[in-house]
Amino acid sequence: MNFFVIGVNHKTAPVEVRERFAIPESRLPEATQALTSYPGVEEGMIVSTCNRVEIFARAKNGDCDLHGFVRQYYGFRQGEYEQYTFEHKHLDAVKHVFRVAASLDSMVVGESQILGQVKEAYATARAMGAVQSQLDALMSRAFQVAKKVRTDTQIATSSVSVASVAVELAEKIFGTLSGKSVYLVGAGKMCELAARHLIAHGAKKIYVSNRTYERAVALAKKFQGEAIPFESLYDSVAKADIIISSTGAPHAIFRKEHGEKFLAQRRNKPMFFIDIAVPRDVDAALNDLDGIFVYDVDDLQQVVQSHIGDRRREAERAEALVQEEVLKFQQRLQQADVVPTIVSLQEHLETIRQAEIDRLRGRLGTLTPEQEIAVEALTRGIVNKIMHTPITTLKSAAREGEQATTVVEIVRKLFNLRSAHANQRGQACDAEQPVPVAAAAKINGSSNP
Amino acid sequence: MPQLWLRLATVLYGLGLLQSLYQLVRRRAGEDLSRFAIPAVGLGMVFHLVSVVERALLFGYGDLLTIRYAGSGLALLIVIIFMALFARFKTASPGVFVFPLVFLLTFASAVGQQSDMAPVFRSKGWIATHVALLLIGYAALFLSFVASLLYIVQSRSLKSKQPATWLSRMPALQVIDDLGYKALLAGFPFMTIGLIAGSVVAQEQFGPTYFFDPKVLLSLLMWGVYVVLIYTRWSSGWRGRKAAYMATFAFVAAVFAWAANYVSPLHRFVAP
Repeated sequence: MNFFVIGVNHKTAPVEVRERFAIPESRLPEATQALTSYPGVEEGMIVSTCNRVEIFARAKNGDCDLHGFVRQYYGFRQGEYEQYTFEHKHLDAVKHVFRVAASLDSMVVGESQILGQVKEAYATARAMGAVQSQLDALMSRAFQVAKKVRTDTQIATSSVSVASVAVELAEKIFGTLSGKSVYLVGAGKMCELAARHLIAHGAKKIYVSNRTYERAVALAKKFQGEAIPFESLYDSVAKADIIISSTGAPHAIFRKEHGEKFLAQRRNKPMFFIDIAVPRDVDAALNDLDGIFVYDVDDLQQVVQSHIGDRRREAERAEALVQEEVLKFQQRLQQADVVPTIVSLQEHLETIRQAEIDRLRGRLGTLTPEQEIAVEALTRGIVNKIMHTPITTLKSAAREGEQATTVVEIVRKLFNLRSAHANQRGQACDAEQPVPVAAAAKINGSSNP
Repeated sequence: MPQLWLRLATVLYGLGLLQSLYQLVRRRAGEDLSRFAIPAVGLGMVFHLVSVVERALLFGYGDLLTIRYAGSGLALLIVIIFMALFARFKTASPGVFVFPLVFLLTFASAVGQQSDMAPVFRSKGWIATHVALLLIGYAALFLSFVASLLYIVQSRSLKSKQPATWLSRMPALQVIDDLGYKALLAGFPFMTIGLIAGSVVAQEQFGPTYFFDPKVLLSLLMWGVYVVLIYTRWSSGWRGRKAAYMATFAFVAAVFAWAANYVSPLHRFVAP
């Protein structure tokens, strides 16, 4: 389990510092190259986004000095940057990777962008061979965990911005927004933003009305909408399904009697007022009318807050899920660690058996086929009996996890298997063939890889 | 044998009913409902269908037209429509109202005494048309009633500005609205022609006196409310509370019209 990660993120470093760590996409391959050729690093991968820079690595043996790499690559001096970085090793690193991919480490927990960014970084690193065996297994597992978190918890189902909550509510009222019309009262920035969101979800016709008619015309132009003079506001609003209001008027401009009139004109088709003006443009009494729904800034904010609360609760479930997955991954890696030892133990004893039979063949004289079979069975039986306990111990050690490495070492020492394990790994890397951990774990003790 | 299938279906619907009661008490999300109740009710529907078809094959379709099995037929229709809606809109929320009714109707036919006699009428074809059309009409009316209740629930939840989690899976307001209105429109011709078919039979059988039978009067009342419901909806787009009151009224009238089978002197499906 030689995984290491070092990096900066929105929690550990302000944006000025993150900027200095950020690696533009064009330079990512080169940086990854530098990472994998850094002494002690076997595999490596770098994720760089506006919220984080993460440097993942697997060490050749035991340890690798990622701080050294950071100093070398960025040209930082010792003591000038450490306060901003975080570092995780081994199991903690695995957990960190899982959490990042599952968007549990994000500024907005549950946002989906990060997974895509990690996948891109992975593709880059993989294309240049910087990710091949165990780190590859770790990343593919991380993507599966991220997917599982997404489907098994509701971490990403709710919207957490005012504009997206407005869209969500509009969809709760109208089903689909396609073909719906939106009326902007006031030509402010917030209006424009909300309108953009609604259009992105299918809203068709846009009307804009503003005290200064020219600004209405300008904004309407942006959406290919229709500008309406402010004087005819009350006569035209009933045409729209969704009204976004953000004027600077000191009093409510839409009152209950207006609402009743609109409903009559619309034959009671529902209307959705989004009031983002402070002081409010829409009288709260309008909400009492059957068919009119009014949300002001605070109401939207409240929905956002409750969604954030939901996400936090779901995040707890997700954390438990990640923890579980970390343990599973650890077990699989250990299983994979044990397999080469079992194989070389079998090979070793088989060699001894063959050698002994050959050595004694002269003294045994010619054997009948029955005797031949008996000798075979006898020697095989002895070898298998001897092997039985070490192999079951190895397998159970891999399952239990904690002492797997110790047991592997003891068995290797007892049977003098030192070189075998190293060879195994060396071959895999020389051939430049990734040995997926899952595949290695499937190899049963009896077959030769 | 058909009775066994029917009882099996009743038990399965009962599971659905338990689930919807649980959901009402706990106010939990609809996903719980679909995970457990939908397969149960779906399986129940299959047994139910088998039971109805087998009964028709064994005893002739006349047997299905008795009061007793008409209830089961109506339940089957409602379940089929519910399942179709579930497949289309992926929402199990009408189940809260649908499952109890379906269970009661099926339960009544599954445990009732075998006392009903097959109708002895001169014109069997008219009777079959009458019953079948009215069953569809009733199912549509019930659906529209459920939709108007859901509309109120959803609209309240939106107005309360604290969209409770168990409502977040309900279909959008406008979808519910369309559904209710379309059900209403679709059911109307069935209801109308069904009543006409009934009148034709009754006229032939009993002469003009049939008109003062309580069942006939209640049915006419129900039909009247139905017309008003469609008219208000069509002319002024009544939705929400007002529409729900109307729909409730129509539904209650329908329940009485249905129940009148037990008080009506001539609408007992037995020879006079």
